[in-house]
Amino acid sequence: MITSTLTFPGDLFADFDELHRQFERVLAQRASPNSSIRAVARGTFPSVNVGSTAEAVEIYAFAPGVDPKSLDVSVDKGLLTISGERKTALDEAATSEKRSVYARERPSGAFRRVVALPEDADPSRVEAHYRNGILTIRVEKREASRPRRIAVADAN
Amino acid sequence: MSSHQALTSSPNDSSATTVLIPLVDVFEDVNGITLTADMPGANKETLAIDVNGEVLTIEATFSLGESAAMQPLYTEVRTPRYRRSFTLSRELDTAHIDASLKDGVLNLRLPKLEEARPRRIEVRAA
Repeated sequence: MITSTLTFPGDLFADFDELHRQFERVLAQRASPNSSIRAVARGTFPSVNVGSTAEAVEIYAFAPGVDPKSLDVSVDKGLLTISGERKTALDEAATSEKRSVYARERPSGAFRRVVALPEDADPSRVEAHYRNGILTIRVEKREASRPRRIAVADAN
Repeated sequence: MSSHQALTSSPNDSSATTVLIPLVDVFEDVNGITLTADMPGANKETLAIDVNGEVLTIEATFSLGESAAMQPLYTEVRTPRYRRSFTLSRELDTAHIDASLKDGVLNLRLPKLEEARPRRIEVRAA
């Protein structure tokens, strides 16, 4: 759960954080009473958008600053898994350097998101590309399930 | 629910007053301040960095390039615009801000003015 990490000594705001978490839970429950069993907390890195057309399902993962070689995209039994790792400059900080950190909001480390694909998605036709920090994954839908017009033959 | 609702509203939609707040890492060393911001989807053409007096504003828009017929199934990111402002302090040299953008990560380096950098004072033997 990635929130701002500007913390104060003595955990002065620990109670506020807990209150905030409880609000998030209550609001999420109101917004979607039947959430997916795989639902994640708001603000989990990376954020994901999913859309569909008649031909394909498109998944967009907002993952800036990730080395594409470390990105792992796999499909298994209708579940698309996106995982990888992100290092930020603060991780590699040379502690001997004299510097003050004022904000450390950007998430770092390993991440994984799982998206359930609709029934008609064809896992053998998946392509992914990473551009400007957005990972775009396109899963084609099975031919048989695409909407087709059926010609009505004249029986006379 | 409109069947042609785009995954994100158009960047030119003037009624879209909500923006995404890009997460930042800010740290300071003896020579200046480094600010790193997550703005996935931004590229050089859509990125704007403005300094107005003492306020630094970083802003960018992006487009997912989805087709008009796309139906959203699940959207965590609903607006294609990032904006965040910071109040700077006078010892920063805003004329020499260095900015780079790679894979949606904006890296800003704000150096301190020459006279604001720590200097050793030479002690002359009298």
